[in-house]
Amino acid sequence: MSNPNKAPTGIAGFDEITGGGLPRGRTTLLVGGPGSGKTILALQFLVHGVRECNEPGIFVAFEETSKRIVANARGFGWDLAKLQKKKLFFLNAQPMPDLVQSGNFDLGGMLAALEAQVKAMKARRIVLDALDIILSLLPDATAKRREIYRLHEWLLAHNLTGLITAKAGGDEMASFNEHSFSFMQFMVDCAVILNHLVVLGISQRNLRVQKYRGTSFDENEAAFLIGQHGIEVPISRALRRVDAKATKERVSSGVERLDTMLGGGYYRAATVLITGFSGTAKTTLSGAFAEAACKRGERTLFVSFDSDAAEMIRNLASVGIRLDRYVKNGCLRMVSARSITGSAESYLVRIKMLATEHAARCVAIDPISTWSKSGSDLSAQSVAERLIDWSKAEGVTLVCTRLLDEMSSQPDGSPLQISTIADTWIHLNYLMQAGERNRGLSIIKSRGTAHSNQVRELILSDGGVTLADTYTAGGEVLMGTLRWEKESAERLAHEGTEVAGKLKRVRLDAEEAELQVRVKSLQVELEAKQVEKALLAHTKESRKGELTRDRTRMGKLRGADAAIPEHIGRTP
Amino acid sequence: MSRRAQFKFRLYVAGDTQNSANAVANLTALCRARLPDRYNIEIVNVFREPQRALAEGIFITPTLVKVLPSPTRRIVGTLSQMEPVLHTLGLNSVST
Repeated sequence: MSNPNKAPTGIAGFDEITGGGLPRGRTTLLVGGPGSGKTILALQFLVHGVRECNEPGIFVAFEETSKRIVANARGFGWDLAKLQKKKLFFLNAQPMPDLVQSGNFDLGGMLAALEAQVKAMKARRIVLDALDIILSLLPDATAKRREIYRLHEWLLAHNLTGLITAKAGGDEMASFNEHSFSFMQFMVDCAVILNHLVVLGISQRNLRVQKYRGTSFDENEAAFLIGQHGIEVPISRALRRVDAKATKERVSSGVERLDTMLGGGYYRAATVLITGFSGTAKTTLSGAFAEAACKRGERTLFVSFDSDAAEMIRNLASVGIRLDRYVKNGCLRMVSARSITGSAESYLVRIKMLATEHAARCVAIDPISTWSKSGSDLSAQSVAERLIDWSKAEGVTLVCTRLLDEMSSQPDGSPLQISTIADTWIHLNYLMQAGERNRGLSIIKSRGTAHSNQVRELILSDGGVTLADTYTAGGEVLMGTLRWEKESAERLAHEGTEVAGKLKRVRLDAEEAELQVRVKSLQVELEAKQVEKALLAHTKESRKGELTRDRTRMGKLRGADAAIPEHIGRTP
Repeated sequence: MSRRAQFKFRLYVAGDTQNSANAVANLTALCRARLPDRYNIEIVNVFREPQRALAEGIFITPTLVKVLPSPTRRIVGTLSQMEPVLHTLGLNSVST
């Protein structure tokens, strides 16, 4: 960034637009309407020269007295009185109000006086503030042109890096006519135009480098603002854009199931957009992300446009996200941006400044949609884009939420169309079913990641944030009580089958036992039968013997009658 | 007696540039015509004495400063238009 041909202004963004600063040893014209910040920019250029570049400077004040300028500069923390001793010289060159003119005159006297001063303090930079005032005294265009030419020659001859400011453009072309203005633009090596617009009641400042001889520069209008330390020009994109190092590193979203859905979490340095209606737990998800980051020991910045830091901590604690300890140990910085009013541009600058100050690796902004309310949609969008560019270049993982209008059902109907440039887009929604509102989470896109396409139910409890599987039935996703019912039904069904199985087993056991018993009894029966059979055989045998014996006996009896009575007497 | 007051002028010029030379000539002519024998002109060349110009706050050349009689008055330019010059110096009444 140290180009020998450029004189840095110390305004980082401006030096980047111009590739290092103003042309050294040449003249720059700075034009803008009243209150557009010309004097501040010029003064900043001088102060930076004195403080950082060892280049003494002279400020020629044609409009405001040096006293007032010094007083105003104190507001930006520039102690000019200290610098004034040797390195910074103020020349009060306001024309007296009672000045009488008669005939032609020129600026020879001023240049002579300045010449002496330049030599005495070895000045390298010079600002001629509100040159239009002095030029307006000159009678005609020729005289103006001649004096501009004289001044320019003088600056070149002394190898001074000159900055001439003049009122022009805007509504007031009053004192500085078109003619000499265009002549000056033609003559100088660099011309910068400052613009101050009010769009929908929001102030917006822009600057544009109109020409810069012999160097490339960012030709687009760049927004800037007048901040606590003077002019701040947010880093321009075109020149700064380094292809962000694409990393495969994942960082946790703070919700385990969500990490799984995303295939391991967000990518490091990715931009995550969480959209949803009011109350869909956008803040909770950003809070979970912040907590996870702090748990890993990464410095985190949480910017809330909705509520105070204390409120946020309390509210998030109710869902098991405890941020207070990280605020205490300095890992987490909570910023309530409700108090900041201003353009989207000023938000961007503040956020970047805070993040840089805090050396944050993770940043959550809740919600970013506030921006589209302030100022024009166009600028809000460009600011959002630059925020994303910046976070990528810095390797900052960015989670921003966006509130959706209840009325619009389109998830991306709002003008702030950052969803196209965000890497991961998570959409939260309410699902109305069976008299309940349940939160649904779906991943609409996630670049470079296989991700689940399912809608999950987001459940908040004092134990934290969890995602539940949802059931689909008849093409509809079931959540809340319906999901619970379905879950219980399944559980019951499962239990039922188990019991049935057990029952069957018992019955089979019983049957088996019965059969065994039957087998045994049959065996016993069989034995009985066999016994019986044996008995039968035996009886038959003995009867046969008896019969034989009887017959023998009868024969015997027939032989001897005497034996008959005995036999008769024995048988009834 | 006040009509006879001495006039003291200081004329800041940028070397011998055209405007400065014209101013010197115009002032001298005016003094000779209107203030014979009661004027004093000091010519300050800002190229040679820039510190004086700086101290006096002279940025436009030529600049005529009427030091005396008070009040101090300044007129810038070649003094070619007599009307505003005479008026500023309070010499209108002298002529009539």
